[in-house]
Amino acid sequence: MIPAAWYLILSAVLFLIGVLGFFLKRNIIALLLSVEIMLNAVNLTFVVFSAQHRQISGQIFVFFVLVVAAAEAAVGLALVIAMFRNRESLNVDRSNLLKW
Amino acid sequence: MIQIVFFFFAAVTVGAAINVIAQKHVLYSALSLILLLTAMSVLFILLRADFLAVIQVIVYAGAIMVLFIFVIMLLNLPRDEDGADRLRWLKFIGIPLGLFFLFLVGATVWNVEPSSAQPQLVGSAQAIGQSLFTDYVLPFEATSLLILIALIGAVVFAKKDL
Repeated sequence: MIPAAWYLILSAVLFLIGVLGFFLKRNIIALLLSVEIMLNAVNLTFVVFSAQHRQISGQIFVFFVLVVAAAEAAVGLALVIAMFRNRESLNVDRSNLLKW
Repeated sequence: MIQIVFFFFAAVTVGAAINVIAQKHVLYSALSLILLLTAMSVLFILLRADFLAVIQVIVYAGAIMVLFIFVIMLLNLPRDEDGADRLRWLKFIGIPLGLFFLFLVGATVWNVEPSSAQPQLVGSAQAIGQSLFTDYVLPFEATSLLILIALIGAVVFAKKDL
């Protein structure tokens, strides 16, 4: 059968790709998508440990992560719309008014 | 047999994830992320988290990603001006550091007890519901509050003048 370590390494790879995307991309929607990749990597870890320890709690936590991801997507995309309306650009380097 | 399925879908998830950050246009990134989420739900099925696999497709790929794609198409984006100059050197430092991080995680995981993630437990809707409404009632109710706040926040941010 499949060792848990394989799943964990796959999860680490996905998380790494998400982090790289978050730091290398400048488009704010691409940043949100990178966050989704990271959340999914964490979800996979939760499910693997849930299966390994035979406890349902891990899957419940995935459920909550899903809810938080939905809330984050809704608020984040609302911010994207507000930002695009003000600046005509989604580049996060452009919205630097707080950085004087 | 199971291993083949696992490796195929693991490769699909990694390939789709790389494609998400490699694409220039953000719409293709979003479509690629949908592929990732679907492949991930197959991995959930391999781990016998049946309910989560279904939820993953319906809520994540079906609802959240539709929201993303809706906004992307609504905004009528200009071409992506990616990679500002001050970030150029970040790639040369960040990618080796990331690979080093991956090596550390891999070495750690590989050295822990070898156990197989084995599907004794089935994450059915019944099991999850039972746990959710007994042990996790308070977080569940807090979740509804969170969603309400997110709803109001989204309206406040996106509305032109309230």
